[in-house]
Amino acid sequence: MLQIADKIFASRLLLGTGKYPTFEVQKEAVAISEAEILTFAVRRMDIFEPSQPNFLEQLDLKRHTLLPNTAGAKTAEEAVRIAKLAKASGLCDMVKVEVIGCDRTLLPDPVETLRASEMLLEEGFIVLPYTSDDVVLAKRLEDLGVHAIMPGASPIGSGKGIINPFNLRMIIEQSGVPVIVDAGIGSPKDAAYAMELGADGVLLNTAVSGARDPVKMAHAMKLAVDAGRMGFEAGRMPEKNYAAASSPTEGLFI
Amino acid sequence: MSIKLNGREHELSADIQNVAQLLGSLSLENRIVIVELNKEIISKSAYADQPVRDGDKVELVHFVGGG
Repeated sequence: MLQIADKIFASRLLLGTGKYPTFEVQKEAVAISEAEILTFAVRRMDIFEPSQPNFLEQLDLKRHTLLPNTAGAKTAEEAVRIAKLAKASGLCDMVKVEVIGCDRTLLPDPVETLRASEMLLEEGFIVLPYTSDDVVLAKRLEDLGVHAIMPGASPIGSGKGIINPFNLRMIIEQSGVPVIVDAGIGSPKDAAYAMELGADGVLLNTAVSGARDPVKMAHAMKLAVDAGRMGFEAGRMPEKNYAAASSPTEGLFI
Repeated sequence: MSIKLNGREHELSADIQNVAQLLGSLSLENRIVIVELNKEIISKSAYADQPVRDGDKVELVHFVGGG
């Protein structure tokens, strides 16, 4: 079970809700992924087209927990404004702090992320910052009192997978709060790898929505997260530099 | 009177005097929508009491797909 603040979740897969080809595909993908926590962005309503379908309004909110992000924010103040708007919906008290510091890489601004996290904690939010894989920054965020750390595996939407497992492992080992690997996951092997490293969860979006068959990929991601977690709990065999025969050397008759 | 609604000038008829009536005029009363008036968030319980005045800046935001 994944525990974030006082909330307990059976699924360790957190799913983004952007860029699906259709609502029908998205609904099926969300269902088969068994993800409970779903991320959303906060944007201006297209009030001149109010009849547009809205995915959130079709969702069973008893089965899902909303994790609004502060995407679009470049400063802590902007992130706080977005987070407060999200909370005013009365539908959520968690927030994914996302303060981007660079348009080309979409890497998070560490200083603004830290400031935003501090401000949102003071406002009583359950705070989950999206951060780089910087080990010291993760510790600083934890010291502030954030409820989970969400280091990126690689840049958002890149699908490059886990490019620095060494840092991720150090963040996981030092952390007293859940670590959710967020961003950059490209395929099921990446999700399984994150879980094998000991991550408490994985947050992904484009890896599913951008797959040729998003529904099948959502299922694959669920299985990968489960497999990776079980592998972590089982404790993998020690790695060796040279071979060690599995068949006995005694009783050989040739 | 006219307000700035989601960044665009928007003419209001004289019978729209509060946030609840504004949402009703846009058929948004039953939608998941969050109201910000001059950068202050308006709680749902205050919609009927919150006046809308000429020149007000109103943002109506909602949740969209995102990662």
